[in-house]
Amino acid sequence: MSGLAFLIPIALGMGLLGLAGFFWAMRKGQFDDLDGAAQRILIDDEEEDENE
Amino acid sequence: MNAPVPLDTLEGARLEDSRFTVPGMRCAGCIAKIERGLSGLEGVESARVNFSSKRVAVRHEASLGEDDLVRAIAGIGFEAQAVADNPMGKDEKETKALLRSLAVAGFGMMNIMLLSVSVWSGAGGVTRDLFHWLSALIAIPVVAYAGRPFFASAIMALRHRRTNMDVPISIGVLLAVALSIYETATGGEHAYFDGAVMLLFFLLAGRALDATMRDKTRAGIGALLSRMGKSATVVDENGSSRMVAAEDLEPGMLMLVAAGEALAADGVIEHGASTLDNSMLTGESVPQAVAAGESVYAGAVNLGNPIRVRVSAASSDTVLAEIARLMDEAGQSRSHYVRIADRASRLYAPAVHSLALLAFIGWMVAGAGWHQSLVIAIAVLIITCPCAMGLAVPAAQVVASGALAKRGLLVKDGSALERLAEVDLALFDKTGTLTVGEPVPQIDHLSSHQAGVALALAQSSRHPLSKGIAKALGQRDIAAVAVDDLREEGGRGVSGSIDGVRVALERSEAETATLSTALRIGDDTIAIPFSDPLRSDVREAIGALRDQGIESRILSGDRTSSVEAVGRAFDIGWDAQLLPDDKLALLDELTAAGHRPLMVGDGINDGPALAAAHASIAPGSASDVSQQAADAVFLGKALMPVSLAVNVARQTMRIVRQNFAFAILYNVFALPIALAGLVTPLIAAVAMSLSSLVVVGNSLRLARAAR
Repeated sequence: MSGLAFLIPIALGMGLLGLAGFFWAMRKGQFDDLDGAAQRILIDDEEEDENE
Repeated sequence: MNAPVPLDTLEGARLEDSRFTVPGMRCAGCIAKIERGLSGLEGVESARVNFSSKRVAVRHEASLGEDDLVRAIAGIGFEAQAVADNPMGKDEKETKALLRSLAVAGFGMMNIMLLSVSVWSGAGGVTRDLFHWLSALIAIPVVAYAGRPFFASAIMALRHRRTNMDVPISIGVLLAVALSIYETATGGEHAYFDGAVMLLFFLLAGRALDATMRDKTRAGIGALLSRMGKSATVVDENGSSRMVAAEDLEPGMLMLVAAGEALAADGVIEHGASTLDNSMLTGESVPQAVAAGESVYAGAVNLGNPIRVRVSAASSDTVLAEIARLMDEAGQSRSHYVRIADRASRLYAPAVHSLALLAFIGWMVAGAGWHQSLVIAIAVLIITCPCAMGLAVPAAQVVASGALAKRGLLVKDGSALERLAEVDLALFDKTGTLTVGEPVPQIDHLSSHQAGVALALAQSSRHPLSKGIAKALGQRDIAAVAVDDLREEGGRGVSGSIDGVRVALERSEAETATLSTALRIGDDTIAIPFSDPLRSDVREAIGALRDQGIESRILSGDRTSSVEAVGRAFDIGWDAQLLPDDKLALLDELTAAGHRPLMVGDGINDGPALAAAHASIAPGSASDVSQQAADAVFLGKALMPVSLAVNVARQTMRIVRQNFAFAILYNVFALPIALAGLVTPLIAAVAMSLSSLVVVGNSLRLARAAR
């Protein structure tokens, strides 16, 4: 019974963390361009990027 | 962050955001090229490509105009068009709200289930009460947040004195939550938080799927669209010029239309001669030569020299706007179509309400007490309004449209699939629909030297006919001959010289029935005729439609002789020399006779017919207006996607009917149990999950349908 006092808050907390993560990702536009993300990994870096 | 930034550039530059659609990007290299090319430009702060919607968002200084950026993108090698401020923003917002609700409902469902499982497996006393309180604590905010789409729609329906699927859902969920709170507060044995939240979760999954599908195809079609001129350079009396937005143009103004610009209003050419690409209006790829005194229409793109145009009609008075209005009216009839899910719920919702009410009254009369009677009534409401019903239609339609998109057919929404399944007659436009709509040159009679010269000349021009020649010759491994002094004159052709001999590709002087161009080498002229070939699989596509019981027929504005030849060749009926109004009248006649016609066409003259037909499909090369009017757009050179679309649409409806049949069968078993008062929360939860899984699994079979 006393184990529940820990386990339930932990379960809820982890669920909330996941939910917050999803909301954050949506607001940051992580799902706006799914096809583009798959393509971008193929782009070679260029040295001109050093000033960023 | 640590780099020193001069203060004055921070303060001095006002930054603006512009969006451009770039349909031509196809690979990772294109993303890199566009982003790096634009970022390197003076005055551009950042450029970000969205590959899914084929758009690029640029953040730049206000001094840099949209035209400069379009030109810069053209310099990188891509055709771009400025787009208005995120026209799809509203739909996207709706989808995002649904996804957020879905995530919240999912979170709530998982945690409440976790607690419920222990209650079902026998937790009692204080533990059960504690778990019920915890469930209530999670469920109340979750239902308040995730239920909003349903509550809003239910209130809307009630306000108009109608009932829809959302009314029983809302009543069921709210009653279940209210009763569960009462149970929890009085230390009762059962709470129904799990059932209520789970119901919301599965229903939201269906809605979110539906919305995502709509957004995806709209983005695909949106990238193809968007051509009409957004602004024009207006020359004042005193010779100074300024930019004026399309909606602020007035008749009498003088527009200066540079090469490559789209006309923003109708008008008459006052000065200059050029060639115009009218494909947005007509779907016809052959450019039209125009000179001073001729009328030109909004949406046409100037391919040649700069021209000055006196505006005769602007914004909502243009021919383009007029046709849009005609289509709008024609489309009204289609909006009377009732989607199958709504038809089902029209019968279903009142039935569920009365059953639940009857159960309540029945048990009260039987002397069960108001508490138990209410519990049973809620169980009836929840179990008879299963997730299977909510998922039956969207799950099947999403899978089918995904499968079709892989084969090059973009369906705009679920109702389009439903209507496509019902067609019994196919009407085809000829030019651009049965034919490829792209002039192909006949080059067999050219010697290799002539071909080399033609290639060299054609390569240097952006004229569509030249592009066609260059493409055809390029496929034959012909090497270009070196030509000096290349020059292009708008409306006349390309010319140059080889060792002092003048060579040119120019307009054919002889007026012939077919389109042709003349290759001149010294004093010799060789005609290069063009033809617009039929799509290679017309016969197969018409045959496949016939196998499905759909007869085809040609409706064309073209001359009788050429339409008759095609009709004879494929053994189908035909009507020639039709005006847009004639097509519309013919469609109305067919509809009145009880037919459900499918219209396939590309030109703006097909626009009203596309909007009026029971269902319609346009090729990807069609005019923008037609693509907007059609239910679906097919890409590529084959006609087969048309018959595939009908085939898959019919299979989809078969699956949808199966799903409904299953949902009804499920109710036949579940309803007596619920009415008898034997449904425990466990049974309700298991039954609902199972029915949803069966429906989704059945719908997934459609993924193979389009193969």
